[in-house]
Amino acid sequence: MTEAAIRIENLTRDFETVRAVDGLSLEVPAGIIFGFLGPNGAGKTTTIRLLLGLLEPTDGRAEVLGFDTRTHATEVRTRTGALLEHTGIYEHLSAEDNLEFYGRVWGMPATERQARIKELLTHMGVWDRRKQPAGKWSHGMKQKLALARAMLHRPPLVLLDEPTAGLDVMAAVAVRDDLASLAASEGVTVFLTTHNMVEAERLCAQVAVIREGSLVALGDPDDLRARAGGPRVEIVGRGFNDDALALLRARPEVTAAEVYGDHLAIDLHEETDTAPLVSLLVGAGVAVEEVRRGKASLEEVFVTLMEEER
Amino acid sequence: MKNDILTVMWKERKGLFRVRGRRAQALLAMFSPVLLAVLFPLQEGVGWVQSPLSLLLAFIAPLILVGLSIPDSFAGERERHTLPTLLATRLSDRAILFGKMITSVAFGWGVTLVLLAIGLVTVNVAHWDGHILLYKPSILLADLTFSFLVAMLTAGAGVLFSLRAATAQEAQQTLMAVLLIPPMILQFVVFAIMGSDSGKARFQEVLGAISFEQVILVIVAVLLVLDVVLLMAAMARFKRARLILG
Repeated sequence: MTEAAIRIENLTRDFETVRAVDGLSLEVPAGIIFGFLGPNGAGKTTTIRLLLGLLEPTDGRAEVLGFDTRTHATEVRTRTGALLEHTGIYEHLSAEDNLEFYGRVWGMPATERQARIKELLTHMGVWDRRKQPAGKWSHGMKQKLALARAMLHRPPLVLLDEPTAGLDVMAAVAVRDDLASLAASEGVTVFLTTHNMVEAERLCAQVAVIREGSLVALGDPDDLRARAGGPRVEIVGRGFNDDALALLRARPEVTAAEVYGDHLAIDLHEETDTAPLVSLLVGAGVAVEEVRRGKASLEEVFVTLMEEER
Repeated sequence: MKNDILTVMWKERKGLFRVRGRRAQALLAMFSPVLLAVLFPLQEGVGWVQSPLSLLLAFIAPLILVGLSIPDSFAGERERHTLPTLLATRLSDRAILFGKMITSVAFGWGVTLVLLAIGLVTVNVAHWDGHILLYKPSILLADLTFSFLVAMLTAGAGVLFSLRAATAQEAQQTLMAVLLIPPMILQFVVFAIMGSDSGKARFQEVLGAISFEQVILVIVAVLLVLDVVLLMAAMARFKRARLILG
């Protein structure tokens, strides 16, 4: 395998007058979970389709596992697993038959196929329900089944298009846990599109943020948070008043201070001693209950990036 | 390629009319062919195996059966959002196309043969005279060829309509309308000609001048050409890049 599982250079795709992907360039290192973040309509699904060779780029190129997606699309699809925007589960077939079919598609020998189906369904806790028609399963269980299908033939790369979209919190957590443990145990590279920042923060070693088909940020989540937000102090308490906020904002190390209910978020230029800030607030009549150091969340970074682009 | 086609056929066979809501439709659709396979032999007796009457069954049964299963297989797969995942695999466009078409044609043709056999059993049971009645060889050959070509014609047209239709139901309705309207017009024309004495005489004169075998050969040749044209068109249009955007 090449060092980069995916290499994209100036990838562009137009649909008549709409440019869905606009000069995208990035590399996805092998063996990591890579988050591809963007709002709805940003070009995430089109990028996945381009990577699978289902669409041809208008310009630029993409290389997946060393194969050009335009000239070697079948080789790419042979070595990847995919969970697209819909689960693609055959609802009239049993869960086992769904996997049996795709096992046959991938040319897995019968004994290996059956053992792998049992391994995956057991791992996901649905082995006992394997004979049921998949249509009778909950959305979360179908999503798990689709994840199992994508991993079935032990591909070195899995492309997942919003795998937890539309799931309730518990189902999303379960799918995320399955994904993280399978990716870790099988050493697979995962290219994951999402607009769920919590998911990206928890799962991804690296993320790319796109908007209107263009890359606006690339890096590991910690770097992005640091780059966009800088250090932050959060204070929980009561009695945050205008005088206290004015005094705080006048300090040279403070870039912003905002109250959210019983929380005060103070953004700083650089890491600094928080004791003088707390003393200042107490002196201004604020009852301080808790002080926490932190950074901006990925969600805040994302919102900032989207607003900057506007 | 062969294994891939067999894999697609395995999945298609498991899915035939197992989609919710389609089973009742299939049972209802089977009503006419089954009725034909039982009522006509009962009424006609030896005529069922000696005259071209069974060709009616060989036309209607595959038309209805393939006409229902093909749109469900193609437009239905897109409607249920399972097609993109299938296209994201290593399977070639042709393996998917042929796997689906062969399953549907085999199903439609196979059931037609069973219905022809039911007709034969019915006529023997109802009109038993001490020896077994069999289809006249030329009739049997015509039944087998005709029903297969009608199944292929319906499949080829069904693929093309399915690629354009939003739903399986829309594809089924358009397909049935397009395939049933020409025979209905033909029937109307024949009745119109037979309405006048001169027309009837002319028609009988034409019929008397050509043999049953000649008529069948002409029909088979026309169907064969249509089948090839439709199959080529289906192969040309069933392409990933087009399907993924459909």
